[in-house]
Amino acid sequence: MNCTKCKIRAVIDLPRHNAAFCKGCFNVYVHDQVSRAIKSEKMFKKDDRILVAVSGGKDSLALWDILLKMSYKADALYVDLGIGGYSEVSHAKVVQFAETVAAPMGAVLHVHTVEQEAGAGIKELAMLIHRPTCSTCGTIKRYQFNRVALEHKYDVMATGHNLDDEAARLLGNVLRWQEEYLDKQSPSLPASLDGFAKKVKPLFRLSERELAAYSVLNRIDYIVEECPMAKGARTLLYKEVLNRLETESPGTKQAFYCGFLDKQRKPEASPTTMAEKDQAMLHPCSVCQQPTTADVCSYCKMMARAKTHSV
Amino acid sequence: MQVQLSHPARTIEIKGPKKAKDLFKELNLVVEAHLIIRGDELVTEDEMLYDQDQIEIRPVISGGSPRFMSHE
Ligand SMILES: Nc1ncnc2c1ncn2[C@@H]1O[C@H](COP(=O)(O)O)[C@@H](O)[C@H]1O
Ligand code: Q46
Repeated sequence: MNCTKCKIRAVIDLPRHNAAFCKGCFNVYVHDQVSRAIKSEKMFKKDDRILVAVSGGKDSLALWDILLKMSYKADALYVDLGIGGYSEVSHAKVVQFAETVAAPMGAVLHVHTVEQEAGAGIKELAMLIHRPTCSTCGTIKRYQFNRVALEHKYDVMATGHNLDDEAARLLGNVLRWQEEYLDKQSPSLPASLDGFAKKVKPLFRLSERELAAYSVLNRIDYIVEECPMAKGARTLLYKEVLNRLETESPGTKQAFYCGFLDKQRKPEASPTTMAEKDQAMLHPCSVCQQPTTADVCSYCKMMARAKTHSV
Repeated sequence: MQVQLSHPARTIEIKGPKKAKDLFKELNLVVEAHLIIRGDELVTEDEMLYDQDQIEIRPVISGGSPRFMSHE
């Protein structure tokens, strides 16, 4: 398989775009998708100061890398949750990236360690307050990002959520018709008056597979293992289902999520228009009198054709 | 060839030569959820893999906390 653009050997194929790319052209494609996301959702401007939430996983490290290479002013925050070996390894990967790639480009890494402030990792903490670990974890991450963003006066904070994350979340919300959450699924949430920083997801146009490929191709060393608490999460099931659909019918995830965004942007059409439109266009068939938009209805046309072809 | 898999981490032996695409089919894996890495290079699905190759099939899907990003 060869690169769609420059015809040398391809390293990845993208069925949803009917394309395959070599490393160079793939990097151009990735930067282009991020650039389109930033512009279309008015995420930030060239001189805005950005705080990237990095977990040590492929998406957020790729995001930091991409923003720096596009010459944005992007620092990062890592929250050490104190989940045994998982946190140790992810912390080490983040520090390594910060020292070897980000620091030479003038970027700073902030670290918040949960154990230092709370005296325990989030698993113990969750047990103490009788709440599920992941919801405790979410509250802490949300709080710390907002605190650091406001304290250091960043204009916007960015997370590594990708197309798969957003499509899976949308599917979950739609399956239960949780309409109150649909409004909050925009890839760009403006700062709120009550002191929440602006939040954006510049990777929403790129799939999880594309981001993993970007990290492998650009030698970004990320943590492949999952947080042990993520096992059996509902999100994983939704992603699995979507990926089976995607494999059979490339472009499904993008059509689902980006179609939703388009629909949200357009003011809703009034519910009567469809019926009105029908009435304006329909009149009786000149052969059988049933309603049609043409002179002769499609049933009569079909029968006429069947008769001329028979015998 | 040696094929390294994750979740759980294990290495299996598969007879080559074999197209990457057919390896996926044989292992019953969804293409959209994985990358194929030979040595330390990414390869496409139509690539032929041989007995002396070191292959990694790397899952790309991760779980995640659903509502971390909203203003709640
Ligand atoms: N421990 C963490 N420290 C900093 N950022 C994180 C952490 N965990 C998750 N994030 C951010 O949240 C995004 C979604 O993570 P996840 O919910 O793990 O898919 C990641 O792409 C990061 O931007
Ligand atoms: S993204 Fe996730 S890090 Fe935290 S404890 Fe681990 S699964 Fe749950 S929410």
